[in-house]
Amino acid sequence: MTDVPMTQVGERLDALVNANEIVLFMKGTPLFPQCGFSSRAIAILEHLGQPFETVDVLADQEIRQGIKQYSDWPTIPQLYVKGEFVGGSDIMMEMFESGELKALVAA
Amino acid sequence: MAMAAADIEALIMSAIPDARVEIKDLRGDGDHYAARVVSASFAGMSRVRQHQAVYAALGGRMGGELHALQLETAIPSGDHE
Repeated sequence: MTDVPMTQVGERLDALVNANEIVLFMKGTPLFPQCGFSSRAIAILEHLGQPFETVDVLADQEIRQGIKQYSDWPTIPQLYVKGEFVGGSDIMMEMFESGELKALVAA
Repeated sequence: MAMAAADIEALIMSAIPDARVEIKDLRGDGDHYAARVVSASFAGMSRVRQHQAVYAALGGRMGGELHALQLETAIPSGDHE
């Protein structure tokens, strides 16, 4: 087994979500998203106009697996705002359309 | 890997019996679906919890066997009685 203990990944993830107001765990990069759902998430964040950080899970297998357990969420992308898990791209879209996401990042 | 829409619906219904489930096969390839799940059991749950309840119903298939499922959850509105 080459599995890294969950606590160690958990600490890395804690550090990432707490060091940045808005963090998107995604496949690829904002310029070159590698999946339609990640691409949609980036489009939403760009509309909001607030600075955000991204983490490419394809470049880090430990993060890629770890984040799913960390949030109890089976898919990528995943958005964190102010250290809290907000949801995946479907929830982002719903919250964007209702104005909730704008309020959340501006608060 | 793919799943039939009827299988997805059956899994959701078995875990959330009162659910109204609508499933669309977005590309006709049995691999990219959109689902809308409406259940009174979602009342009081955050969106994240509502989606987690559906993912739990799918028993770990999401992100594996089932690649893409656009999900929308809601609480029934205007259904009195």
